[in-house]
Amino acid sequence: MKTVVKQEIQGLNGDEAVALAVKQCDVDVVAAYPITPQTIIVEKLSEYVANGEVDIEYVCTESEHSAMAACLAASATGARVFTASASAGLALMHEMLFVTSGCRAPVVMAVANRALSAPLNIHGDHSDAMAERDSGWVQIYCENAQEVYDSVIQAFRIAEHLDVQLPVMVGLDGFTLSHTLENVSVLSDDVVKRFVRTREFPVVLTHEGKTVPYRLDPESPMTMGPVALPNYYFEFKRQQEEAMRNALEVIPAVHEEYAQLSDRRYGDGLLEQYALDDAEMAIVCLGSTAGTVKTVVDDLRAEGAKAGLLRIRTYRPFPAEAIVKALSKVKAVAVMERSMSFGGRGGAVFHEVRHALYDEAAHPFVLNYIHGLGGRDTNPSQIRRVYDDLREIINAKRVDGLVRYVGLRE
Amino acid sequence: MSKEKSWKEASPAGVCWKSSVTYLTGDWKTFRPERDVAKCTKCLMCTIFCPDGAIHWKSEKGDIEFDLNYCKGCGICANECPAKAIVMKM
Repeated sequence: MKTVVKQEIQGLNGDEAVALAVKQCDVDVVAAYPITPQTIIVEKLSEYVANGEVDIEYVCTESEHSAMAACLAASATGARVFTASASAGLALMHEMLFVTSGCRAPVVMAVANRALSAPLNIHGDHSDAMAERDSGWVQIYCENAQEVYDSVIQAFRIAEHLDVQLPVMVGLDGFTLSHTLENVSVLSDDVVKRFVRTREFPVVLTHEGKTVPYRLDPESPMTMGPVALPNYYFEFKRQQEEAMRNALEVIPAVHEEYAQLSDRRYGDGLLEQYALDDAEMAIVCLGSTAGTVKTVVDDLRAEGAKAGLLRIRTYRPFPAEAIVKALSKVKAVAVMERSMSFGGRGGAVFHEVRHALYDEAAHPFVLNYIHGLGGRDTNPSQIRRVYDDLREIINAKRVDGLVRYVGLRE
Repeated sequence: MSKEKSWKEASPAGVCWKSSVTYLTGDWKTFRPERDVAKCTKCLMCTIFCPDGAIHWKSEKGDIEFDLNYCKGCGICANECPAKAIVMKM
């Protein structure tokens, strides 16, 4: 068993924490286009490059669509690749996100989660990443700048794992995390470099009958992601689903290996449970909101209320079985999320949590709270009212109004 | 045709395990080129323009030859032929 290594505390905002992690991860290529609130990441990275502090090929592209295309191409040659985006930038990448995951390119991207226009809004919510939920990318949502730093380092190991080979998105809430200075414990360069290792490649059979590493090489040419007609396309999609299933095992394993070095854990890497063991009522949420919920849980616990929190750290792959297990004894659950699925019955996270519990004989009441859109603050008193609602529901044994809004002027 | 692979057997990301030499893309065509030998000046413009490289100069015959196994019937040769010696037929 490895021992915890010496670390240094630095004052970093979430974006700077991303850039520092990338600097330490032996990345070969960064292709990016700046967009608020991600801009600090690429500014910082280009500064590292300009100062000669890193051996990164930095490609300035004319759009996010091109940025992701360049990332995919670089990754195909065997390079370790990173990019960052947000909001409209991520939306412009939409097409290339599917091509990247379909080509099984282990690109890592930080997404400084921001609202989508219109009306124009540069502030934090999860609309951008949730719209890419089905793009075949692993999605991790972070609670604070420390977790952002740790998750970016872990992301390369997850993405490049031979059983996964999928791109990974690391989400940090716009401004709340991207622009807020925090104390971040930083590992030394050599420790991170040893942890991320060099990139591994699966072996594939080429048209020349050779078995070679899956990367572009003039000595043994291959075609990646060519046309697959109705007789084959389906099989490749099923492979991607299998890789996601495998990621459910790989993410906790990488998370634990990292924890042996850093002494930091975020639940098991998939889910973080907070005061949930004997909880009667629970909030399920993603990202930085969890920090505020924890404060409220502490207050409620001090008052004797059995309140708990389940934070979904890994949203893709969705750890459905673990969520069912974690919520099995809870009587009422509020799923709080920062995006909407217009015309749906609540948001995407709500759909999936509620769906996961359907087969349970004695499932809890599950309702949805949409909050924090366009960067609107969600404060402790609002979260306390959510728990008050849950208490009422438990007592009344019924729910009126399945989908509710927090902090919305009626 | 070889047996189609299951999702567990297929290479990731559709990496081609079969060469384009063994994949007869000429199957796709609707139209095929027909040449009027009397009009043809053997300028070989068609061999240059063919996007599939499916028109060959056969030096032993001193003539060109269409390889219908790979001709997709796009009609570029007929369009480019300065002598109007190629027409596309169903």
